[in-house]
Amino acid sequence: MSVATDTPARSEENFRVTRSRRNVAWTGAGALIVVVVLALFPYIVYSGTTSLMVQAFIVITLASMWNLLAGYAGLVSVGQQAFVGLGAYFVLILAQHSLSPFGGLPVAAIGCGVAAVPMWWLISRLRSGYFAIATWVLATTIMLFIERFPSIGGGTGMSLPGLSGYDPTLLIADTYWIGLAVTVLSLVTVYVMLRSRIGLVLTAIRDDEVAARSSGARVGLARMLVYVVAAIGCGAAGAVLAISQLIVQPGAVFTVQWTAIMAFAVIIGGLGTIEGPIIGGIVYIILQRTLQSYDAWYLIVLGLVAIGVALFARRGLWGLIDDRLNIRLFPVGYWLWTPESTGRPRPSRRGPGRRGIRARRGGRHS
Amino acid sequence: MAWVNAIIQGILTGGLYALFACGLSLMFGVMKVVNLAHGDLAVIGAYVALGVITVTHIPALWSFVIVVPIMAVLGYGLQRTLIQAALDRGVLITLLVTFGLSVVAESGQQQFINADSHSLGVGESIITGSFSIGSQIQLPYLLLLIFAVAVVVLLGLQYFLSLSRYGRMIRAVADDQEAAQLSGIDYRHVFGIAAAIAFGTVALAGIAYGMYSQFSPTTGTDTILLFAFAAVVIGGLGSLWGTLLGGIVLGVAQQIGAQINQADQVLAGYLVFLLVLALRPQGLTTRRAQS
Repeated sequence: MSVATDTPARSEENFRVTRSRRNVAWTGAGALIVVVVLALFPYIVYSGTTSLMVQAFIVITLASMWNLLAGYAGLVSVGQQAFVGLGAYFVLILAQHSLSPFGGLPVAAIGCGVAAVPMWWLISRLRSGYFAIATWVLATTIMLFIERFPSIGGGTGMSLPGLSGYDPTLLIADTYWIGLAVTVLSLVTVYVMLRSRIGLVLTAIRDDEVAARSSGARVGLARMLVYVVAAIGCGAAGAVLAISQLIVQPGAVFTVQWTAIMAFAVIIGGLGTIEGPIIGGIVYIILQRTLQSYDAWYLIVLGLVAIGVALFARRGLWGLIDDRLNIRLFPVGYWLWTPESTGRPRPSRRGPGRRGIRARRGGRHS
Repeated sequence: MAWVNAIIQGILTGGLYALFACGLSLMFGVMKVVNLAHGDLAVIGAYVALGVITVTHIPALWSFVIVVPIMAVLGYGLQRTLIQAALDRGVLITLLVTFGLSVVAESGQQQFINADSHSLGVGESIITGSFSIGSQIQLPYLLLLIFAVAVVVLLGLQYFLSLSRYGRMIRAVADDQEAAQLSGIDYRHVFGIAAAIAFGTVALAGIAYGMYSQFSPTTGTDTILLFAFAAVVIGGLGSLWGTLLGGIVLGVAQQIGAQINQADQVLAGYLVFLLVLALRPQGLTTRRAQS
């Protein structure tokens, strides 16, 4: 409709809407090759490298989940460490009941998703900034509660049982693979979610929440779904963390620093894009490695860079790449092909933007 | 008698929490900024006081005469630059920027000062002394003083907002920014003033906390921000006296928790907070949820 009013002279047949400018099959094949190559890494590189990459996997998974919350659902959570901690503790508790940590991981992740439902019921009563602090209070409350139980280590934590019989080399490789699997699964989930109807609802909320509500979009439900998915993702990352550290300490898994890392990685990489958290996660790991001998400096540098990026380059590093090359690895938006843009569609700047929705609506009505 | 004592202690610490919270409340009420760096600013205030005391040898009690103006100027400056720039870009960016500030402030304190605990004015009798009723009930002078300061600050804020010229301007801008601007009010300047007041109260709270207890770089978020926030939510958003009530409820809950089990002091406070959130999300004093 609105497309037609933009250019009243032309018929709608001249317009075409696709998901991506390029053929998606090629991107898919490329992604598959990358995953296969990554999966072969334990055979190729030293274990020090794979351990570092496990850290990167954890950060990328966490950042993708935080991006889903803040970048797409408009929910700034400062308490995602609640699920990192819960994921780690669920794995620990399951391991105490003689379930292997690797087998316990999916159970722990689902457990986090289940725990997220009552938590959402509580904190969704508050908005924006107060929502943010409420998530933080909730995370702290859960930590204080867990510290009361000496059987799972109390305030000091305890080491993860069930892995003592493992061959060290195999353990490192298995940890790497499970980390890779969690990351790939998280990215695929985010991608599929954003391409589905939920993604459309989220885009509508981001553009205009009141209009979205009045058009019948189930805003609360969509947000809750995002919160639960983010809880599952962060829980899985927390479980990987527990397996890679072999010890679970309340102060280390429930620290707000996890959320700081997620937020900084997302902002620096590019808020509201799937590619952003991946780039941000890699940048974070590099910075942390380079500056780790200077104590807290890496957090200061990261924080200052993130503030600068949030203020002056909102679309982050991926935004800069996108501006130059106009590529999108995970096409979740729509391209509008107009008659005058034969072969070169109008670049739609913000992923699934307003234009995308209008184009789709127009298509439906015709 | 131990229980009566706990409740009295709780009421008095409630004053401290209300002092933490009124700056948070004010900035949210006027500029719709939820300042996630609020607690870290209080700790910065405490460190500045520590520095001032070390250099000038004035009594800890009077350090606020120097520290509050310093923090107020910092507040005005920060509001006119960083926070305003973030506000112009929306709520999401404001939250991200204040969160970034919080992390940078905390890591900065750890880097440039150290992670050790400090406290203010240990040697002064008014800070460590107390007076007792009977043999069980202890009333520390310091807590009485802090409670009095909190009440005076809240009263002062209320009178300032309702009677003074700047107070009227602040309320006008909070009500309708555009209409206020059309009437010739520079809202950025008014925001700056509000931030200066908020930072001033934060400095007071930081000094009070420094005398009441030990502080370290992590105190800002672990304790001050979360307690202030819990007090605001328990009392009801946007109500100054509600915040005092919220602080008192939080303080009493913590002291009762500590009576049951010393380690459960903080947990008990948060559980009451969650209970209020579940049963009465608009807070104890407000009639209906507004946001």
